Amino acid sequence: MSNSTENPRGIGVSPGAAVGPVVQVRAHVRPPENEPAPADPVAEHARIKEVFESVARTLEERAAGADETAQQILTATALIARDKGLAKGVLKELNAGKGPTRAVTDAVGTYAAQFEALGGYFAERVTDLKDVRNRVVARLLGQEDPGVPEFHVPSVIVAHDLAPAETATLNPTLVRAIITEAGGRTSHTAILAAQMGIPAVVQLVGARDIPVGTIVAVDGDSGEVTLNPSAAYQEELIGKRERRRAALAGSSGPGRTADGYPVKLLANIGGVEDAQSAAAQDVEGVGLFRTEFVFLSRDTAPTLEEQTDIYTKVFQPFGSRRVVVRTLDAGADKPLAFADLGPEENPALGKRGLRLQALRPELLDTQLEALSKAAKATSAEVKVMAPMVATAEEAAWFARRVRENGLPSVGVMIEVPGAAMASRHVLAEVDFGSLGTNDLAQYTMAADRMEGALSDLLDPWQPAVLAVIGAACEGAKIAGKPIGVCGEAGGDPLLALVLAGLGVSSLSMAPSKVGIVRYALGLHSMAVCHGMATAALDSRTATDARDAVLAMAHEDLAALL
Amino acid sequence: MAQRTVTIASSVGLHARPASLFVQAAGESGLDIEIGRPGEDAVDATSILGVMALGAKHGEEVVLTAEGEGADEALDALVELLSRDLDAE
Repeated sequence: MSNSTENPRGIGVSPGAAVGPVVQVRAHVRPPENEPAPADPVAEHARIKEVFESVARTLEERAAGADETAQQILTATALIARDKGLAKGVLKELNAGKGPTRAVTDAVGTYAAQFEALGGYFAERVTDLKDVRNRVVARLLGQEDPGVPEFHVPSVIVAHDLAPAETATLNPTLVRAIITEAGGRTSHTAILAAQMGIPAVVQLVGARDIPVGTIVAVDGDSGEVTLNPSAAYQEELIGKRERRRAALAGSSGPGRTADGYPVKLLANIGGVEDAQSAAAQDVEGVGLFRTEFVFLSRDTAPTLEEQTDIYTKVFQPFGSRRVVVRTLDAGADKPLAFADLGPEENPALGKRGLRLQALRPELLDTQLEALSKAAKATSAEVKVMAPMVATAEEAAWFARRVRENGLPSVGVMIEVPGAAMASRHVLAEVDFGSLGTNDLAQYTMAADRMEGALSDLLDPWQPAVLAVIGAACEGAKIAGKPIGVCGEAGGDPLLALVLAGLGVSSLSMAPSKVGIVRYALGLHSMAVCHGMATAALDSRTATDARDAVLAMAHEDLAALL
Repeated sequence: MAQRTVTIASSVGLHARPASLFVQAAGESGLDIEIGRPGEDAVDATSILGVMALGAKHGEEVVLTAEGEGADEALDALVELLSRDLDAE
């Protein structure tokens, strides 16, 4: 490296390079230890109530400028800040001899515990309660509210971890890059940043200690972050970005290996806006349309008409291109207010995905009917697949329901190792399979996706994960059914070559990653991809696997990585 | 003391948006209003946290009570509110 100091390195999760000043997302402050009890609890209570009131006013001001959904949430949160019961709770804690910030924290804690015990919708409101608490505690200590501060020049956002809502509300034109201290390869921050085409690095140790305003250079591919980069390094980094741009500008059209084997390049999308922006890009369609947004953060099930309208708007922009729809993947960690099955010990192993659909078949029926209507109203090649399928019986159950609704093509996600190992039976029941590599890695390595510290185990280059993918591809071949990939793995240009070599016929990813994958495929023959797959499977570790494949890659691709 | 019994019409029960609207309306009356299940301890109808924690579901009966001038009118308005499917509006 051209910089003399040692640079911290995290995990690059969204490609690209950027340079800019640091904006630190303020963490919430905890009550100080040994906070003295107030001399006059009643007077102190009056002061605290004023702070609650000022927080309520701030929330209402924000509500005034927000969209309808945010407005409802902010108005309800303002009501919480003015809640009489909460105010009484604070007085009780003060009278018990607690200091002001401790009293607020404990009074909120009492309600939070109650709501968490109630589960479902109530548990979600705990976030709002804690938001009120964090603001009140910060203000009592004379500090600014926690969260993303206002900023007006393009900057690099640094946080411990970003909540999905925070990531989604960031203005992409002002965000040059995102760095987090926590998070993982498949965390929401990573997925959303890639979707928005913003370079991102997660798991960067010491990120929170970088002073505000420091100029940093972020390499979203290697995960390297350089503080106060020299002019030479900035040039090198920007040079790499430009080389990449130039290389990618020369490749377009459907995905093909150098010797002409087609590998479809598709986009992962999660809503109507995504659909519009993805359709405008050089992709062959959609390999994963996540439909959760239609259902989550709603209090009642969306109606047939509402759903038909949304799906039509998603299909329309793609003309006659393919759109693969994943039916509702909710339950457990993504609870639905109107179909809550109660808390579970192991949400990731619980009643989610198809299992929830089987328990609430009316939700699936309405969704399929709406998809069928939207498919008829547009010319898109609509395919429907189920999440979290484990057995051939489940696949058959789902296939029957989809076909009864007049939808011509049905598939299943292969994300449970059991389904991967039995894929010849599972896929015999349907028309296609789609490997969800994020969950497949989580279940194969028994490592929680949301646990940033376990990122190494979740690396899709793990030879065991590749072996499970290989087994699923073998089964697909026996069943005579096509199989694709719709996890983040498909967006890694080197891994894409391995997946093609293993027998995958389509790759779906964040649209920002399609260009480099198309370029990589075009430089390698299918025979080389086969060789790469064998080399990766023969490797002892994830690092060995990647190194072995990199050594076999075309020099023009290696120069861009 | 004025009192009314009403069945929750909102399909999601008394939480989320319906709870917010109810608590706001109760607060605007300026009266001491309570809400509870028949025969059980009531909670302050102007407390969003209290009303949500009550967890009244669709089709359940709740009792509203109020003291003071205009109590009857205030309760009638709240009964009317709870008799509609607020979430569908």
